[in-house]
Amino acid sequence: MLLALQKELELRREELATTTVETIYFGGGTPSVLSSEEINQLLAVVSENYTVSETPEITLEANPDDLHEAKIMELAKSSVNRLSIGIQSFFDAHLTLMNRAHDSEEAKQCLEIATQYFDNITVDLIYGIPNMTMEEWQTNLQTVFDFGISHISSYALTVEPKTALEKFIRQGKYQNVSEEASLAHFNVLVQEAEKQGFVHYEISNFGKPNYFSKHNSSYWKGAHYIGIGPSAHSFDGKTRSWNVSNNTKYIKSMEQNELPSTTETLSKDDQYNEYVMTGLRTIWGISLQYIQKEFGDNYLHHTQKSAQKHLQEETLQTEKDSIKTTQKGKFLCDGIAADFFKV
Amino acid sequence: MKHIRNFCIIAHIDHGKSTLADRLLDFTNTVTEREKQDQLLDSMDLERERGITIKSHAIQMEYTYEGQEYILNLIDTPGHVDFSYEVSRSIAACEGALLIVDAAQSIQAQTISNLYLALENDLEIIPVLNKVDLPSANPEEVTDDIVDLLGCDPEEVIHASGKTGFGVDNILAAVIERIPAPKGSPDEPLQALIFDSVYNPFRGVETYFRVINGAIKKGQEIKFVATGKKYYADEVGTLKLNQVVKKEIKTGDVGYLITGIKDAREVKVGDTITDAKNPTKNAIEGFEDVKPMVFAGIYPVDTEDYEELRNSMEKLQLNDASLVFTPESSAALGFGFRCGFLGMLHMEIIQERLEREFNMTVITTVPNVSYHAFTKKNPDEIIIVNNPSDLPDPSGLDRVEEPYIKATIITKADFVGNVMSLCIEKRGQITNQTYLTTERVELSFDMPLAEIVFDFYDRLKTVSKGYASFDYSPIGMRASKLVRVDILLNAQPVDALSALIHFDNAYNIGKKMCEKLKELIPRQQFDIPIQAAIGAKIISRETIKALRKDVTAKCYGGDISRKRKLLEKQKKGKKRMRQVGNVEIPQQAFMAVLKLND
Ligand SMILES: Nc1nc2c(ncn2[C@@H]2O[C@H](COP(=O)(O)OP(=O)(O)O)[C@@H](O)[C@H]2O)c(=O)[nH]1
Ligand SMILES: [Mg+2]
Repeated sequence: MLLALQKELELRREELATTTVETIYFGGGTPSVLSSEEINQLLAVVSENYTVSETPEITLEANPDDLHEAKIMELAKSSVNRLSIGIQSFFDAHLTLMNRAHDSEEAKQCLEIATQYFDNITVDLIYGIPNMTMEEWQTNLQTVFDFGISHISSYALTVEPKTALEKFIRQGKYQNVSEEASLAHFNVLVQEAEKQGFVHYEISNFGKPNYFSKHNSSYWKGAHYIGIGPSAHSFDGKTRSWNVSNNTKYIKSMEQNELPSTTETLSKDDQYNEYVMTGLRTIWGISLQYIQKEFGDNYLHHTQKSAQKHLQEETLQTEKDSIKTTQKGKFLCDGIAADFFKV
Repeated sequence: MKHIRNFCIIAHIDHGKSTLADRLLDFTNTVTEREKQDQLLDSMDLERERGITIKSHAIQMEYTYEGQEYILNLIDTPGHVDFSYEVSRSIAACEGALLIVDAAQSIQAQTISNLYLALENDLEIIPVLNKVDLPSANPEEVTDDIVDLLGCDPEEVIHASGKTGFGVDNILAAVIERIPAPKGSPDEPLQALIFDSVYNPFRGVETYFRVINGAIKKGQEIKFVATGKKYYADEVGTLKLNQVVKKEIKTGDVGYLITGIKDAREVKVGDTITDAKNPTKNAIEGFEDVKPMVFAGIYPVDTEDYEELRNSMEKLQLNDASLVFTPESSAALGFGFRCGFLGMLHMEIIQERLEREFNMTVITTVPNVSYHAFTKKNPDEIIIVNNPSDLPDPSGLDRVEEPYIKATIITKADFVGNVMSLCIEKRGQITNQTYLTTERVELSFDMPLAEIVFDFYDRLKTVSKGYASFDYSPIGMRASKLVRVDILLNAQPVDALSALIHFDNAYNIGKKMCEKLKELIPRQQFDIPIQAAIGAKIISRETIKALRKDVTAKCYGGDISRKRKLLEKQKKGKKRMRQVGNVEIPQQAFMAVLKLND
């Protein structure tokens, strides 16, 4: 696999020939597959083939059960400078329900050590879990705050079809996720995080100043990126492509110097739709000036017209040349974006 | 004339009429290899897709049999009860009929009713046992059924397969030997039967006819008896795969006529064509002005499209004279049209053609039949109620009458109980029960037509596991206890959702309507109460809870295009919604009352 990844990095160097690499992200599962040396080895291949910024943000995503002390120390010596840790909750009942491999003790232990070696840490927290009380949720938040964590990504639990959880809910073993509870958790999250000096810069992302995720933000700003490895996605502003998800097929294909990817070209409408959809999720909103420049007057008028109803309903607000969601609108963001869509 | 044979095909849907017609055309070399196409006679896309014949079609074949040249005119007929009048006129244009019966399915209700029509018109019936290639075919038993039905000899039943072409030669031989040649007289004044017409945007209406007596010549001045209008026969010809221009169409033959008529309504199916100067004394019997049976409102989804909708409906009417419409307005939907249809299938077809051929997005409201209302003040004056809002106020209402039909259902003995319960639930009264064979039963009911409109077909299919066929004919008006059930959304009545319902069912249906609407109307940012009411009395209530959360958590990399596609789909759905007050109602909610048991 390592060889295949190196091969792909080499093969695709031209794609980012005119771009400086600002962020590098090792997705979930990496630590259980690659050692720190191997991670360094890959980073070296990146440096040889791409122009990398002086101060890149290099994130590694991991679950607490993969991050014991030795591993963290090892990683601290590599070029990785940001950890994204899948804490989810500090309650065993929640972790079991979500079918996580770690328990609450491991979660705390992991943060205890990680904070000693890394300054830039983000944790994932889940709310709206069946039977989760408001007290439990507040405890989770407080625990993260107490560790001095500077970035949180927080998601409402979604019950995916064909999972064990979905089956249990269907059987009545667990209560279904309540929208009311979810919304209440979200509101508390926003309030408490802001009290602690976090900025709510995207629906699910909260960062202290200077700790916003550069990597995630670039997705919403339409930046170009390449994704290396099975099922990784890439985007060059107009086309999106993704690799096969099957490991064996991926490795076989790389052995033959072939990119095992499928491509989809975005029409102008698609690009506009994505811009609005992602923009409305962020504190920057969507910029009318940008729309006029990138898409033209037609799209500008369409944007202004589509915004009307929501401005009246106060789910959107204007600020200088941009349109943003209000606090009330944030939780309804998808429906609002759909109203702007060109189809 | 003695070498002409005119015949049609009688078959239940899916018994293989179109496929067998294709084989006949192949066998007689009427189509070349290059022109071949499945269901060749079904020229509308809609017909091909749904596998049903909506319009009649005619095609002429030439065939040499025992050294003699024959002309065979095949008239294909629609296969649905909504179009039974057209079928009756096509049958009247023929001397014989192929009765096609699926060797696995045996005889069905529509086969029988069309067979009776054919027998009434003295047609020679050639029974064909089709699909004998099927492993599930049951040739002995089905042949017995046919013999029972026709009182014919088992040897007369031709075994065939439209799929393999087996038996097609025997069918053609039987057509020539058993079906009599036309009997008209060339010397009498022209008398030709119109059995169909097709609208051609360049040439105007093309009239299809069968000459009974006399002949029709190019340039001749002719008259349509029922409308009294006169025209010149600009062009006449026969119908091969393409039209073949002729100087004259003689006695007994089938052809087309072009006169420059621009409006399909002038060409009435069943009318008689005669010579303008030397007219026939007798119109051909059986002509009727077709009357719509089902009425519904059709509205543009976008109010601005009203004029465009009017244009589209007018154009459609040029094509389909059985569509009638008058302007109406609704408080909820604005301006639209009250339309009359031959039946529910016809309604669906019109709606689909508006969307496909004219690119209109329309809302169709709850359909109803045509009632007669009488007020206490004027108990002898009929008020025709084609729209729920036409029903006089209950306080001043004397009585209401509704149209009844005679329904014929053929099913397996096992399902008789289920079918009876359904028909009784639908206010039917059984009038007859006959065992056609030990396995197959024919049931007759007197039933309100209105009950057929409300999810009858689907229920019948369900209770009989698909083994029931259905046919009906009108039998006049009878007294009824009718009420109007109104629907209120957010405490505002939405007139376009009102329905005329028999009093005994009103509570049940009102409740189900509320439940169905709750399912269909998307949640919005506020609670929406749904109420059903009769007059001022609320009979049922549901609430659509406000939407509090509508956002996906993760939106990185590949999530972005997945989410975009999802929202695009949602937006497309929204385009088909109509804002009434501050509630957005999807197109299909207006028809919800038809799908209460889904
Ligand atoms: N096995 C078999 N299938 C047939 C035969 N004739 C028609 N079919 C199939 O039966 C279905 C209905 O045929 P179609 O000609 O459209 O029936 P129509 O509705 O009576 O016009 C189609 O799927 C045909 O392919 C046949 O002789 N044998
Ligand atoms: Mg057919």
